[in-house]
Amino acid sequence: VTLDPGEDSRQFRAEVRDWLAAHGPAGPLPSVDTAEGFARHRAWESELAAAGLAVVSWPAAYGGRDASLLDWLVFEEEYHAAAAPARVGQNGLFLLAPTLFAHGTAEQRDRLLPRMARADDVWAQAWSEPDAGSDLAAIRSRAVRADGGWLLSGQKTWSSRAAFADRAFGLFRSDPGAERHRGLTYLLFDLHADGVTVRPVRQLGGDTGFAEIFLDGVFVPDADVVGAPGDGWRIAMSTASHERGLSLRSPGRFSAAAARLVGLWQRAGDPADTGLRDRVADAWIGARAYRLHTYATAARLAGGGTLGAESSLGKVFWSELDIALHETALDLLGPRAELLDGPDADGRWLGDYLFSLAGPIYAGTNEVQRNVIADRVLGLPR
Amino acid sequence: VSGVRSAEQEQFAAALHDLLTDGAPADNGGPGGAPGNGSALADGSAPGAARRWAAGDPEPGLALWRRLAGLGVTALAVPERCGGLGASPLDLVVACEELGHHALPGPVAESLAAVPRLLAALTDDTGLRDSGARDRGRRDRGSCDRALCDEWLRGLATGDLIATLARPPQLPYAADGDVAGLMLLVEGDVVRIATPGTRHRSVDPARSLSGARGGQVVARGPAVARAAGRALNLGTLASAAQLLGAGRALLEAGVRHARQRTQFGQPIGAFQAVRHRLADVAIALDFARPLLDAAAATLADDHGAGQHGAGQHGAGQHGAGQHGAGQHGADHGASADRDVSAAKVACADAAYLAARVALQVHGAIGYTQEHDVSLWLMKVRALVPAWGTQAEHRARVMAALTTHEAAPWS
Repeated sequence: VTLDPGEDSRQFRAEVRDWLAAHGPAGPLPSVDTAEGFARHRAWESELAAAGLAVVSWPAAYGGRDASLLDWLVFEEEYHAAAAPARVGQNGLFLLAPTLFAHGTAEQRDRLLPRMARADDVWAQAWSEPDAGSDLAAIRSRAVRADGGWLLSGQKTWSSRAAFADRAFGLFRSDPGAERHRGLTYLLFDLHADGVTVRPVRQLGGDTGFAEIFLDGVFVPDADVVGAPGDGWRIAMSTASHERGLSLRSPGRFSAAAARLVGLWQRAGDPADTGLRDRVADAWIGARAYRLHTYATAARLAGGGTLGAESSLGKVFWSELDIALHETALDLLGPRAELLDGPDADGRWLGDYLFSLAGPIYAGTNEVQRNVIADRVLGLPR
Repeated sequence: VSGVRSAEQEQFAAALHDLLTDGAPADNGGPGGAPGNGSALADGSAPGAARRWAAGDPEPGLALWRRLAGLGVTALAVPERCGGLGASPLDLVVACEELGHHALPGPVAESLAAVPRLLAALTDDTGLRDSGARDRGRRDRGSCDRALCDEWLRGLATGDLIATLARPPQLPYAADGDVAGLMLLVEGDVVRIATPGTRHRSVDPARSLSGARGGQVVARGPAVARAAGRALNLGTLASAAQLLGAGRALLEAGVRHARQRTQFGQPIGAFQAVRHRLADVAIALDFARPLLDAAAATLADDHGAGQHGAGQHGAGQHGAGQHGAGQHGADHGASADRDVSAAKVACADAAYLAARVALQVHGAIGYTQEHDVSLWLMKVRALVPAWGTQAEHRARVMAALTTHEAAPWS
């Protein structure tokens, strides 16, 4: 009943740990959502790639090392435990790449994936529109047939990393006569192409973590259509499942944060404050539950199972855990929790708290996830 | 790393489900059935037996216990040398979850888990002198009446004996003393045979609590406290499994009712306010189970350490690289406490959420004793603070995380 990771896995863990200890930045990098921080994170990604650690779960042909899902989880645990930099290429690595493996052509994979692995290209996602948020099938941005490709027009919004990224992927309505999830096409475009205007948007924390994208007759060659024209919804949903499920939120982040929270409690906690102590315990218990659950899911997937609606259970769980954990840390810090600078500031907890607040909103709001659970896990009527 | 149930364990749970559903009409309010307004339960089903039990007739419930014994359920935690199965804690968890799923009445965590674990630990411990033997040697190493313990273990394995125990402060009363053939009282480093004191009613009508008046000494000595700690951990784990199973039943009942109950011209399960609360229950239960299974795996290691000695276990299982050889035994006790408490916290919280939501979804009919959902609602309310309160368990988790000292129950 115990999943023994095996000797290879233990060696892999040791390799990752040792490499990060030897090569990881001494302190935190500037925010990935600033020009300087973006450049520093991009450089870090190319270092990771050179060490063969950028995309461990990918095939070797594209810069990976064919690691199993379990070993990917091991990598993530070590990465977060080392407090290594945020993954600037996250959208591409965890959303677009799985889509290309499932639906792309060999030519697309050869052309796009090695550059993505080295962060030569950093990708932004372009799903939402002003009138298409939770109701993503209400997309109105259009793709019109042109000679050798498509012309994109319309507006995308809340595009993560788009302020500084190179390219983007998203859904466009290619059949104006079709409604809702029909007649959509999955397209890749250059954020610096003629006709593209990017307007960075400051998030709650003050950095430009996402942007609006205005498209006015932007040409995309046929080579940058993923899957068949008109089949975009199905293809995008397979990506969304990756975003909600294992790929985007590995347990490493929460395990590492929970361990730091226990440390903070030991340093700064008042032993008489049992209410706060109980919240620390709950955060640790939640992080452990998420880790165990994810490992069990990975074992099931390795045995040929598939990831279905249950990924919605996990999305609600980790996003609420993340907020509760960081709220507890801020309550532990007390009146210095609000400080952004100065000797008493602990920017890591505050920054991570602000990041956690977005969790119940992105990747399908938690209300949408609960509806998925009600429909597909519980079989409740609509 | 993570407990994962085997196909055999899933089959075992399915067999228990069938046994405990047997004799119930198709429209009973229990798991797998359609909702019933009022009770139309056959005595042969566990919830039907729970109703008879609550009305003062435990016989249908005891008949179920005998049938469960036929499947080996009562022998799971009994060592093989006494006719038991010596099964893993995960096997026990799988069984107890299903018993909770069906609201089986009786001292489940006591008789199936804690008492056999206590007796096995006492008789396994070579540090205790056999008080039944003729040698009346030094008093300081403690003593245990092995023949008596072995006889009880054999009775538990066959199902002829149902046992309960009190262990203040976590278990100030013994549950269901009126059906138990054996009541034990554990205080400090002494285990005694107890006789039932005043019988008290529980909020769960199919459960009673009795004071325990200590009599003849069964075992005494420093090893008793250690054995009692292991017994309490396994009992706590079993109660957490019962709670998880009860939570599942409450979610099923809530979903069933939400599908069928129509208001404002549509099933209430179509309203997001109802759907989202039920979804939250599904999430809480789904993320409690891995903690339960992992705690069972940790106790399996802990059990091994107790039987074979820490040094041998440490060398065989983990190697020197992961655990310092000297501290291995102590570490294991702390991680057992930590994992059992984490499981109890999560399972009790999830089950209680399930109870609150099931009651709310049912509305006024759920607030009646005549509706079967009341069986699970009240069982959850009784079990949440039993086997250590949520506050004690959270404190134990934190103690294990922040110190290497022995946790309070060890």
